[in-house]
Amino acid sequence: MALNVTEIRKDFPIFLRKIRDGKRLVYLDNGATSQKPQVVIDAEIDFYRLNNAAAHRGAHQLAEEATELFESARQSVAEFLGAKAEEIVFTKGATESLNLLAYSFSNAEPGSRFFIGPEHTIVVSEMEHHANLIPWQQLAKRSGAELKWFGITPDGRIDLSNIEDLITDKTKIVAITQQSNVLGTINNLDLIISKAHAVGAIVIVDACQSVPHLAVDVRKLGADFLTFSGHKALGPTGVGVLWGSYDLLNELPPFLFGGSMIENVTMTDATWAEAPKRFEAGVPNMAQVVGLAAALKYLQGIGMDEIHEHEKKLTQYLLDGLAKIEDISIVGPLDISLRGATVSFTVDGIHPHDLGQFLDNAGIAVRTGHHCAWPLTRALGVPATTRASMYLYNDESDLDALIRGIIDAKKYFGQ
Amino acid sequence: MMQLDNLYQEVILDHYKHPENKGLADAFDAQVHHINPSCGDEITLNLSLEGTKVKGISWDGVGCSISQASVSIMSGLMLGKDLMIAQEILDNFVSLMQSKGVGQPDENVLEDAVALAGVSQYPARIKCALLGWMAFKDASVQAQKKN
Repeated sequence: MALNVTEIRKDFPIFLRKIRDGKRLVYLDNGATSQKPQVVIDAEIDFYRLNNAAAHRGAHQLAEEATELFESARQSVAEFLGAKAEEIVFTKGATESLNLLAYSFSNAEPGSRFFIGPEHTIVVSEMEHHANLIPWQQLAKRSGAELKWFGITPDGRIDLSNIEDLITDKTKIVAITQQSNVLGTINNLDLIISKAHAVGAIVIVDACQSVPHLAVDVRKLGADFLTFSGHKALGPTGVGVLWGSYDLLNELPPFLFGGSMIENVTMTDATWAEAPKRFEAGVPNMAQVVGLAAALKYLQGIGMDEIHEHEKKLTQYLLDGLAKIEDISIVGPLDISLRGATVSFTVDGIHPHDLGQFLDNAGIAVRTGHHCAWPLTRALGVPATTRASMYLYNDESDLDALIRGIIDAKKYFGQ
Repeated sequence: MMQLDNLYQEVILDHYKHPENKGLADAFDAQVHHINPSCGDEITLNLSLEGTKVKGISWDGVGCSISQASVSIMSGLMLGKDLMIAQEILDNFVSLMQSKGVGQPDENVLEDAVALAGVSQYPARIKCALLGWMAFKDASVQAQKKN
């Protein structure tokens, strides 16, 4: 069933405000962060107003309630991903999740399945966000392992032609995005995952741009670890999810040390709690976790398949609209199969930063620059692009505004 | 468009389309390469001195109209100036950029660079305008060390 965008927008209080002297907000920067429905804002406020106490600590009613809310949020996230609750680790965001993994690998002893040394390789792709590139690049430097990567085809797809050379018996880690934050490309990971598992490598999926927009079932996907950030999925900032297949997660050495992640402590030694607790040192980000659970429930209420279909329709509409403007080059796939609602483009003669500024003046929020994927934009031969990224509360009128804005900008800058 | 016109003054768009001193000179006392990591703008600047006087500035780069116009304006302004004076102009320009839209630009000191005053109302663009100026500052320090 088609989404009722008019009704959905009423759930998001930010659409009541005006931008740049009374203009309607056209928010097309969802790849960076999403807006929040009132139910998410309320969930966070209510936690502080009614239930605030340190989860897993304290012998009082509030502590019990905070613990119950925190743990039931873990259950909600698990159900959203088709996972088990004990496989869900709450982090501050996907960036922390990926660094957690990279440092946990660093902390593994020789003989552990996570140990990584000069004899190993780590495989990423050229379309990774910096958050799924630099932790592995730096792990390679620390461990002496070699970093290898999949290239990009001219139409913005991952180039699997040399997969046999990239994923070999030496490969320890394959870290790959499920959907590019620049190109919009959705990667079919089946071949990469089966090939990686055949050589005993661990597969880590950056799902920041996919989980908020389409149904992801971790069991069906078959990877070993997966992460996303709450704030891109209508949730609060400061909360992310790391999912790990339990046997692996429970074997992985910890990264952050402190309260709550221990089993036993003496002055000279410590042993670790079981996963997921082992990875959640310190008083957790409870209000944000509760807010994230509310966000995922909201998304489920609308339906992830419905959201994905809605975004596909918008993507086709935008690609068609942009194709009618002269001097525009789309950076990424032109067909909407295996493609998300993120469209990056360049306009001849207008720098993205200037275009973004012009659009902002019309109330249209887009992202400009290299989108934290500098090696990718370099490989594409463009110093920067303008990116429109859509979500469930966008409709054709937003895209009409964008297209009109680009045409006006071309006149303004004399192109 | 009023507010936007304040940012994109005709002088800026002119310098953007017809940049001055663009194209790197072969001879220089210092060469610097500066990057704006948040948006990917890049500039290479060659500086040569004669004593404490700016003898030559040439540059090449990619970036938005604000960053490219700003370096073009700066290069024309600094050429032939003593480094002491150049530093004063630079300080004056930096203060203007940090003035949040309320600074009164001194046309006697900044000449064409007063056209960039509107940038100070857009916090995200200040670093665009300063890219070339910071490159000049860096290059002048390096060139003096060398001489």
